[in-house]
Amino acid sequence: MVKLNVNGRTVEVDADSDTPLLWAIREQIGLTGTKYGCGVAQCGACTVHVDGVATRSCSMPISAFTEVQKIVTIEGLSPDSTHALQKAWLDLDVPQCGYCQSGQIMAAAALLKAHPNPTDEEINREMSNICRCGTYNRIRAAIKQAVTARG
Amino acid sequence: MNAIDLTRRNFIVGATAASGGLTLGFTIPFADEAAAQGLAPEVNAWVVVKPDDTVVIRIARVEMGQGTITGLAQLVAEELEADWSKVTTEYPTPGQNLARKRVWGNFQTAGSQGIRQSAVYVRQGGAAARMMLLQAAADEWKVPVAECTVSKGVISHKASNRTITYGKVADAAAKLEAPKEPALKDPKDWTIAGKPMKRLHQAGKVNGAQIYSIDHKMPGMLNAAVQDCPIIGGKLNSFEASKAEKMPGVKKVVRVENAVAVIADTWWRAKTALEAVNFDYDEGPHAKLDSASIAATLKAGLDAPEAFVGNKAGDAAAAIAGAVKKVEAVYSVPYQHHAPMEPLNATARYTADKCEVWTATQNAEAALAAVSQAVGLPLDKCDIYRMDLGGGFGRRATSQDFARQAALIAKEMPGVPIKMIWSREEDQRHGTYHPITQCKLVGGLDKDGNLVGLQMRISGQSIQATIRPEGLDKDGRDPFTFQGLNPGGAEGAFGYTIPNLLIDHAMRNPPVRPGFWRGVNNNQNAIYTECFMDELAHAAGVDPLEFRRRLMKNHPKHLAVLNAVADKGGWGKPAAPGVFRGLAQHMGYGSYVAACAEVSVDAKGVLKVHRIFAATDCGHAVNPRQIEGQIEGSFAYGLGAVMLQEITIKDGRIEQENFDTYQILRMEDMPAVESIVMPSGGFWGGVGEPTIFVAAPAVLNAIFAATGKRVRNMPINNTDLRKA
Repeated sequence: MVKLNVNGRTVEVDADSDTPLLWAIREQIGLTGTKYGCGVAQCGACTVHVDGVATRSCSMPISAFTEVQKIVTIEGLSPDSTHALQKAWLDLDVPQCGYCQSGQIMAAAALLKAHPNPTDEEINREMSNICRCGTYNRIRAAIKQAVTARG
Repeated sequence: MNAIDLTRRNFIVGATAASGGLTLGFTIPFADEAAAQGLAPEVNAWVVVKPDDTVVIRIARVEMGQGTITGLAQLVAEELEADWSKVTTEYPTPGQNLARKRVWGNFQTAGSQGIRQSAVYVRQGGAAARMMLLQAAADEWKVPVAECTVSKGVISHKASNRTITYGKVADAAAKLEAPKEPALKDPKDWTIAGKPMKRLHQAGKVNGAQIYSIDHKMPGMLNAAVQDCPIIGGKLNSFEASKAEKMPGVKKVVRVENAVAVIADTWWRAKTALEAVNFDYDEGPHAKLDSASIAATLKAGLDAPEAFVGNKAGDAAAAIAGAVKKVEAVYSVPYQHHAPMEPLNATARYTADKCEVWTATQNAEAALAAVSQAVGLPLDKCDIYRMDLGGGFGRRATSQDFARQAALIAKEMPGVPIKMIWSREEDQRHGTYHPITQCKLVGGLDKDGNLVGLQMRISGQSIQATIRPEGLDKDGRDPFTFQGLNPGGAEGAFGYTIPNLLIDHAMRNPPVRPGFWRGVNNNQNAIYTECFMDELAHAAGVDPLEFRRRLMKNHPKHLAVLNAVADKGGWGKPAAPGVFRGLAQHMGYGSYVAACAEVSVDAKGVLKVHRIFAATDCGHAVNPRQIEGQIEGSFAYGLGAVMLQEITIKDGRIEQENFDTYQILRMEDMPAVESIVMPSGGFWGGVGEPTIFVAAPAVLNAIFAATGKRVRNMPINNTDLRKA
């Protein structure tokens, strides 16, 4: 039994200690917005925040966590889907299939915490998540629109 | 089976047709059909209006990111005169379709056909519903229907100053006889279709609420991880699972054909236990198969005496023999994997009298046929519940192996719903790969630099020979091989008139399973023809745009998109320092497309694609905003493939098992895209695939302009681009 702090709540997770955080989030905690894509930290579909830092949850066992670290998933990014990035994503109609977008938005939210007004180079470096539908240009535009909207 | 008037065999043949060419042998009836089972009360098969005036439009095709749901709903809502803000959609199941004599037509979502091949009958569905709703209001008011008008779902009778909403008359409308041939609007009068509407159902894609097939949950559900034989043509002799069976959460370890599935309480536990299973394989006849031997087989086909003819005019060999200058080149395009973001998966529940599957598929009717056949229950005892796809790109159309396998696993534990998820590695190993081909091109130029003869020999794999042999011609020729190279027709006509021409195909089918991969055979055909056109132009000392124009006088639509990108892209004018341009055009899936790419290559040989101008003439543009999204997306998919992707074979096995070795284009390599959507009207072309054809050749031609190097073997990253 491992205690995790997910989206502001402490939850007891009954899973083997080597279970990746991704699968504990999906299968034990029941939050399915965080996606499985590759399992080897290549695609970023599983991105969550750990103390505000974008983290690929497929490659981190739950034994690496205690209830001290604050884990935030896409479901916890904002209480009512009104994070500036979520609004920009909808305004620019970013998602196509949408499967990678939870991870994209979480990566972008961490990017904006570290770089409130990111350059294109910073966006390129931090936004390394894969999108097979190829929504990259709209993702970039939405990040910039969110920056502008926040002022 | 008594409710089904199609024979099982015909249904399966029709439902497995993977792309184009499927003619429905019946007209699409409307409300005189039997009542829907398990669906909301309807005006007709396509339209439900709820008492609160919500309009539910039934969608036969499936959403996988291409925007088809939104476009199809726009077409129905347009004829219905619905209030777009009140429109939503639902999927009927293939079981319901079959029980109603395929009232919704074809479910297959492939070949960029979702809109273009159903545009007439879905609009008729909307128009018929509108006429019935108007008639119901007229009946209630006891006035002539001709005096009633409708706007945004509100019916008015001006003379008596009365109004009523669709939701109030929907029940009465449903009881009326359907009009047989409802008239359709002229597209120039469209107010919903043709407009850049935002996509439906986007909200759940930004907050994690959207449920994909992989997220599906059911009470008492178990999870399965699976490993099928990783050797092409190999078989599972036996397996040893005594350790796995004792691992935490494991309920059962089963053999399903040549696969072993571990069924456990969670998928992670199932996958962990699967790694403790020992497998003994019969490696089969292809145990030594490798990419070099496949390449050698194809190379032999380049000069083989026998080949299937795709396009022929005059005497190409004689014209080239008599030419002033002869140009020759050999190109190759490797296997590529679809790699949708959502790995293949399905949830199934089997009982002695019913088998149900919840999955993301591009062809739910084919999935139904596959499941029925696998578990041995008749079609009307099975059904497929469709869920939005986390990417498809043709993989979820080519084969329903995942749905079939899930059903077989579920059959091992009757009554228990079991969700089977392929690991990324399993997904990579059991793809239906973009077929491998090589191509030898020989051209002859006269003293003025005109192309007098062209021979194009394709050697390589036919998708249909393996996947749907019923699609082959009587003599074994695969017409799909010649996509975009055909002498004419509305689907994919060659855009050049060359007096002496021979395009043919030496079919060589390695045992690697091929599939329909976004763009299909157009992709390599466009690389071969458009890069060689560039080679010929340079050999002739003629500007590549001018060289093409000389051959395109009889192909005004092809020429129009080429001219558009040349004009917008500044062809013939100086580019930024260090930036070089390349052109390409092609036609496929009914649409005309062209691109002008801008690239640079630095001293270390690093390629940067800066910007691509892209034009498409898709006839009618149902949603320009979504078309722009498809252009950008198709470029990301096509550029990733031409720059980075190659599936190779060693010892009968796929070598690239995850994204560390199978590279995907990422944000930093995505060029700016300038879309030119230029619908000329009068025909319906596809948009999900066509622009992908021209991304690669435009970039390859720009690389030659930048470096003087011809990259003829894909992917590009196998070639050193540093200047010699």
